[in-house]
Amino acid sequence: MRREVPLFITAIVGASFVIQYFIPHPPFNNLSDWFSDWFSIIQACAIILGALNLMKISFLKVKDKKPDWVYAAVIIVSFLFITIIGLSEGEEFRLPGTKFDWIYNFIFIPLSATMFSILAFFVASASYRAFRARNFEATLLLIAAFFVMLGRVPIGDLLVWFMPEGYQLSNLASWVMNVPQAAGQRAIMIGIGLGIVSTSLRVILGIERSHIGGGE
Amino acid sequence: MSTKVKEILAVIVITIFCLIFYIGKINGWETIEFSSTVSMVIIFLLVLSLVWILILTIKGKMIERRIVFLFVGIAVTLPLFMGISQKIKSSPEVVSLYESVDALPAGSKVLISFDYDPPSAPELQPMAETFLHLCFEKNLKVITMGLWPQGPQQASLAFEKVFSSEKLKGRKFEYGVDYVNLGFQTGNEFVIQRMGSSFKSMFPTDYVGNAYDDLPLVKNIKNFSNIDYCFNLSAGFPGTVEWIQIGVDRFGVLLGAGNTAVQAPQIYPYLNAKQLTGLLGGMNGAAEFEVLTGNPGKGTKFMLSQSFSHMVVIAFVLIGNVAFFMSGRKSQLLGNEE
Repeated sequence: MRREVPLFITAIVGASFVIQYFIPHPPFNNLSDWFSDWFSIIQACAIILGALNLMKISFLKVKDKKPDWVYAAVIIVSFLFITIIGLSEGEEFRLPGTKFDWIYNFIFIPLSATMFSILAFFVASASYRAFRARNFEATLLLIAAFFVMLGRVPIGDLLVWFMPEGYQLSNLASWVMNVPQAAGQRAIMIGIGLGIVSTSLRVILGIERSHIGGGE
Repeated sequence: MSTKVKEILAVIVITIFCLIFYIGKINGWETIEFSSTVSMVIIFLLVLSLVWILILTIKGKMIERRIVFLFVGIAVTLPLFMGISQKIKSSPEVVSLYESVDALPAGSKVLISFDYDPPSAPELQPMAETFLHLCFEKNLKVITMGLWPQGPQQASLAFEKVFSSEKLKGRKFEYGVDYVNLGFQTGNEFVIQRMGSSFKSMFPTDYVGNAYDDLPLVKNIKNFSNIDYCFNLSAGFPGTVEWIQIGVDRFGVLLGAGNTAVQAPQIYPYLNAKQLTGLLGGMNGAAEFEVLTGNPGKGTKFMLSQSFSHMVVIAFVLIGNVAFFMSGRKSQLLGNEE
């Protein structure tokens, strides 16, 4: 029963979502609404579960003094600090002027932006060291990247000021994005789409069972 | 001096700078701006040092990664203080987005989904602010929501910024009548799916806990058929792709989108298929939209940094490749890398 019940639920929910797409009338649309509501509820519970799990793992790491346990301690302190601040300010904790809002604006936003901006430095370093015209494909990629990077910033058109309107770097970058790039993306998307359809059918029909902890 | 000491010193210096900037922000210090001459001197020195690096690399000496980091840091930060202006030309996808919003009659209801968090805010927040500004200028009714937990808070920040702008300062916007922030709902694409039949089921209360039926702007909105236009600001999943697949294809929503530069290429096939009315891609898209709407903001200001950083990255790629071909010692070059 531990395997049959989840498989049964998966089949019913999956099939009803497929059917309601083609027949958006009762009872299929009602079923779809009902399952969508349940999905939101389950995901909300999963967020709580995820937070509690993070706390549990972090506590164990600190308790056992595992490598880098200091970072786990920072997680625990930050989590508890923000939670207590948020709860103490009631339902309006996110409104401008609250302590939670101050933490969000002056700690969370700068820290998050800093983490993300580090990417720019690594991209530059990696490009310098590894982005070489070693073969035809790499050269093609390099040329495309060169024109798109220049064409997507105003300085690109400034460098080719002598070119007539419509033949500037920004136009070339637009063409690369709209034609060869979009064609490649479309091919990838079609491939992914077909993969999703076949995997979904396998899950709905109970052929693929790895999501419930078992093999074929 | 050991690496650890250097790292600690770097952190102390950065912390001091951050504190100075924070104090400056609180006390309303004037912005530092270099004159055109100083800016040109800085650019000249930057170019000279890049040429020097090229010479070093041709000689077979690859520079350390820290030097590359330093150049990127300079290319990103110094232009923020430069008083140089650039001519920003609008691309067709940005123009079509503007035209689709401009065609909406006053009083039309616009739904904006904030599907991003602070890491993507430097690119997407300027778009959000400009779009909101345009909506309020045109007397459109704005409803915001988020499929990402921090989305509604970003919406709140954008509202704050837009209401304090010079053009809208004198006007009064009433919460619940002119704009509403519905908040965040879990469920990813299922939220969009459910909104197709009932908004209220997904948002029984708004961001601050007001009941859906107590908000005059939304109480008569049942589903997407009561919405005139949707705009999605996306940094990943769930985002624009899900809004297109469910909102546009299933419920016939008129959709425009603003995406991070990394995600924008994925969206072009949908744009070409007319499933999107327009697209703002990355900081460039934000700047183009700002110029088009006549509200230059952070996007326009940061474009100089973006131009410089693109140039520096291109320069380093070229230097690396010139050395690769001229040295004729490919294996040695690879061996010299850290």
